[in-house]
Amino acid sequence: MGKIKIPKSAPSLDMTPMVDLAFLLVTFFMLTAKFRVNEAVPILPPSSHSEKILPENTLQVTIDTAGRAFFSLDGQEVRRKLLAEMGDKYKIKFTEVDAKRFSVMSEFGVPMAQLAEYIKGGEKERGVLDKTSTGIPIDSVNNQLGDWIAFGWNEKQIDQQTKKMPKESWCRIAIKADGQTNYKAVKRVIQIFQDRNLNSFNLITEMETEATK
Amino acid sequence: MAEIMDGGGGGHGKHQKKRAKKHSSRVDMTPMVDLGFLLLTFFVLTTQFSKPKTMEINMPVIPKDTTNRMKIEDETALTLLLTEKKEKIYYYYGKFKPDASIMKNTDYSKEGVRKVFRDRNKDVIEQVKTLKEKLMNRQIPDTTYKRLAMAAKGDKKAVFVIVKADDKAKYKNIIDVIDELNVADIGKYALVDISPAEKEMLKVMGVIQ
Repeated sequence: MGKIKIPKSAPSLDMTPMVDLAFLLVTFFMLTAKFRVNEAVPILPPSSHSEKILPENTLQVTIDTAGRAFFSLDGQEVRRKLLAEMGDKYKIKFTEVDAKRFSVMSEFGVPMAQLAEYIKGGEKERGVLDKTSTGIPIDSVNNQLGDWIAFGWNEKQIDQQTKKMPKESWCRIAIKADGQTNYKAVKRVIQIFQDRNLNSFNLITEMETEATK
Repeated sequence: MAEIMDGGGGGHGKHQKKRAKKHSSRVDMTPMVDLGFLLLTFFVLTTQFSKPKTMEINMPVIPKDTTNRMKIEDETALTLLLTEKKEKIYYYYGKFKPDASIMKNTDYSKEGVRKVFRDRNKDVIEQVKTLKEKLMNRQIPDTTYKRLAMAAKGDKKAVFVIVKADDKAKYKNIIDVIDELNVADIGKYALVDISPAEKEMLKVMGVIQ
């Protein structure tokens, strides 16, 4: 009788199923991923029971705990035109490169005088400006936020009409404020919108978890 | 596995052709797997899972002339006063009187403001509840439900809540109140500035400075 032969084989596992699964997940996440946008300031929105999801297409004003206002608008083409109009009004020249950088920027909260510096700055410079700036001026003497809103909204309307977008997906106004923000600042921002005849808002909140209550 | 076994079955005889060296056709997948997991980790960490939620609020259009203002029936009105005090809501029913005894207070908890709204809005809550049941049992379609629920909430006798917030009140408190309004099926509410008379009274009561 011969000896029992132990089959010689490398002690390797069959990794194929694992790899399959890994790549399946990669594909899934790649396709579903919507990247977190870079936030200029950390905001902790208040919680609510609302289950409505924020629409994709928004004009958003963010108000931090100190009452500083930040502005952002979806749509690269619209942002380009918006920057040109604001540049005209405030007599600031923006180059083509600036316009391009501005069109892909996330929210910002600097007065017009600092905007060029903000656009040209790298991540580090922007971070410093985000921390030190006074936010977009909202007082009635120098109401820059009002101009951003008016021009932005106007351009957005023109853009939506020319693209013949369905009404449901038209731009909505979103207000994002920290729970600890004083009502005064929020009231002022709402007033700025209402002065321009914009009366319907989406207030951004977070899902209520029982632990927070 | 994709491996070609190349074992026996070769040629016989002495003059065998020189065979190419046996190479396993197994590809080393380790780098690919590494890359795969790296990407996986990246996407898992950067994906935004909880999409922000939102509350829709419609403010009234500011009227050009003030003669045509909406009138609120005194008996349906409920006025909430929000101040910098984070735990307390002051409220009164009906018309404002410069008398501290009309002022009641409650808090933001389930037993607090929610109960106040519930008690005041019982009828509407009942109506919406029955409508919801009908919708669940497929007795009425979605659109009818929406229309009827809107009608019930907008009923003339339904409570009208006026939310008056002090400048120093926190945004969170306002959102909490609006949220409770939605929970209690109150469709008629307005965000208004606090009046000087009310401010004066809160001062007398020692709530604000």
